[in-house]
Amino acid sequence: MHSKHLSIALAGNPNSGKTTIFNNITGTRQKVGNWPGVTVEKKEGYVSKFGYDLIIVDLPGTYSLTPFSLEEIITRDYVLEERPDVVIDIIDASNLERSLYLATQLRELDCKVLFALNMADVAQTRGMKIDDEMLSELLNVPVVFTIGNKNEGIDTLLEKAIELAESSYEIPKTRKVKYSKDIEHSISNLERFLENWTEGSIPYNIRWTAIKLLEDDKIVKERILQKAGKNSQDILREAQRHRDFLVDRFDDEPEIVMTDERYGFIFGIIKEVLTTSTKQRVDISRNIDLILTNRFVGFPIFFLFIWAMFELTFSLGAYPMEWIGGGVNLLSTFLDSVLPDNLFKDLLLNGIITGVGSVIVFLPNILILFFCIALFEDTGYMSRAAFLMDKIMHLIGLHGKSFIPMLMGFGCNVPAIMATRTLESEKDRTLTILITPFMSCSAKLPVYIILAGTFFGASAGTVIFSIYLAGIILSIITGRLFRSTILRGADAPFVMELPPYRVPMIKSLLIHMWDRGKIFLKKMGGVILAGCVIVWALLAFPRNMQYSSDYAAEIDRVKASYVAEMTTANEPDKQLLEKRRDAAVAKLIRSKKAEKSEKSFMGRIGQVIAPLFEPLGIDWRGSVALLTGFAAKEIVVSTMGILYVADEEEDSEALKNALLSSDMTPLSALAMMAFVLLYLPCLATVAAIRRETGSFKWMFFSVVYSTLLAWVVAFCVYQGGRVIGFS
Amino acid sequence: MRLSEMKENQTARIVHVGGNGPLRRRILEMGILKGSDIYVEKYAPLKDPIELIVKGYHVSLRVEEAAQITVDNVK
Repeated sequence: MHSKHLSIALAGNPNSGKTTIFNNITGTRQKVGNWPGVTVEKKEGYVSKFGYDLIIVDLPGTYSLTPFSLEEIITRDYVLEERPDVVIDIIDASNLERSLYLATQLRELDCKVLFALNMADVAQTRGMKIDDEMLSELLNVPVVFTIGNKNEGIDTLLEKAIELAESSYEIPKTRKVKYSKDIEHSISNLERFLENWTEGSIPYNIRWTAIKLLEDDKIVKERILQKAGKNSQDILREAQRHRDFLVDRFDDEPEIVMTDERYGFIFGIIKEVLTTSTKQRVDISRNIDLILTNRFVGFPIFFLFIWAMFELTFSLGAYPMEWIGGGVNLLSTFLDSVLPDNLFKDLLLNGIITGVGSVIVFLPNILILFFCIALFEDTGYMSRAAFLMDKIMHLIGLHGKSFIPMLMGFGCNVPAIMATRTLESEKDRTLTILITPFMSCSAKLPVYIILAGTFFGASAGTVIFSIYLAGIILSIITGRLFRSTILRGADAPFVMELPPYRVPMIKSLLIHMWDRGKIFLKKMGGVILAGCVIVWALLAFPRNMQYSSDYAAEIDRVKASYVAEMTTANEPDKQLLEKRRDAAVAKLIRSKKAEKSEKSFMGRIGQVIAPLFEPLGIDWRGSVALLTGFAAKEIVVSTMGILYVADEEEDSEALKNALLSSDMTPLSALAMMAFVLLYLPCLATVAAIRRETGSFKWMFFSVVYSTLLAWVVAFCVYQGGRVIGFS
Repeated sequence: MRLSEMKENQTARIVHVGGNGPLRRRILEMGILKGSDIYVEKYAPLKDPIELIVKGYHVSLRVEEAAQITVDNVK
């Protein structure tokens, strides 16, 4: 026999301990995805309890249900449209007054709602006593005390939720927020109007609809237009008439007056249910903040934390990355030795295994970074970091929280772009994602080291530093530009709660970390892998190319010519000859490789687009190298190694010498570095941008914008430099 | 007096919340409304934003937003 299904939605303020309760109920049986069409995260969990199969949905944390932010719209729509069997409102008991604002709004929505007074222990140590029976009676809702991080009261909560879901009780008409006389008058008039004039059906509770129309709620107005038939215009007109009357009466917008009155109603409840003993408490959280947001030591400590996070992510992360790389190489070598040479082997080794390798190699970074970010978030330090950095980030038109993802961009853009999840406002998130690639990631450093080291000698360090600085400056300019054009609109208000510091739960940290890793592997891994195979194919095809000379025959000839000499030579000479022979063979193999990459599709594309790079002082070899850099920026150096160096040694000295003897000048090297800094991000980053902005549109925009900018900047560097006399 | 002119560790009562649109409503919804007591906990090291205590919890506002809020009874 199947047990019965029930859906339970968890609503609540941010920092109310909602996620902790969600994790406690569902454990690891969670599914993380996005809400349809948007990039706000949706978490669902499944659990069987008391003979029921429960689907638990973690709604986004919100303070209110006005449709300003995506989170609020999602929460409201879910309750209204999906009609979960029960909504549990998780209330921070130590923050009752503000929490009740959302609670009263949920109450107005006409769903079966249940209050969980969470963090009951914290409230108690703060000398607060809440009369739960009174609260339950006043608002006509079941109330349960819980302590989320100690897993107390959770079973009772679920039991009550099931009981409520199974009860047939009518949602009472009374016990809701009562507004002042004039507003109530308008509400009931509008209600009557709605009842009489709608041809279709008003999809929601009539009183609620009337209230929302008075509040000029855009979404409800749209739904009325869609659903209420030909009289919908009349309804909106009638609503506007009442609004005008109320504006005149109160000298303020009705929604403002109603917000005021809701808080008035809440104040009345608070007076009846909450008693605060006057005992003076020691507020640990405030004491911690005396240091952590201190005028003098606040910033140094912040930078210390950030430095530690960066080091952990990229320096500690480098070890497992090395192991993964080593493992992949080992596998490659093994398969290389056992498989016969053919196209499939080439695809497997250079396409698929390299591709898989380049996906999982990011995993350590992502796991460590998100462990640190979860630590910052769960302790409450993240909002302090935003508090400290907001002034600076606001100059670029961003929120204080954008700092962390942008900084992580210097390590690797993939986890950095995933870290923009911490930003609540979608505009802030998009803007941060667009400018993060200008933070020069660590994979670009080898390119700078080769180019600057070759052409700038002792001042290479300064040149590289300037490149990094140029990236930061261009991100600021881009930020300001986009803020005032395509991403215009009021900055997200900085009405940010600074929650009390809390000891994080290791379970929550691990769940959060693993969620990110899973998303990365599942949602982005495939794209990156496919991209790697395409890049491989571009380099590997066409198969039957015409080489300028028959390398195989030539290699045989070289070998043969040495054989004769070697048989006659004595022992020391023999070794010398052997070395010389190997060198000659290697040289031929390298020439073949160079010719192969020149004649591959990738090389041909490189040569076709070479004229585009000419004004930048970059020859076709440079443009092919840049093109292969799309797979991963490190590859730029190895492609240059193949194309420029026709020598046997594959080390950086050889490449440096080859570059010096090529047409490249210090100026064109600088232009190339500028181009590498700015041009389209690597495949994995592009996949991350697609995933985190939720749209191909932004992905293409980012690719085109960065590449155009790179070209313009490199052009200015090269041509401008020539004009003022450098070469 | 404006909220943004208050010094650290001062308390006041909110008289009026100005501004317009969603931002104003958001501020009100967070409990920063007429008649509430508000305490200036601290200014950020770069003097912006401000950390406030209202209705028993800590919240931060940018100085430009705080400048829209009028207070009296400053102690």
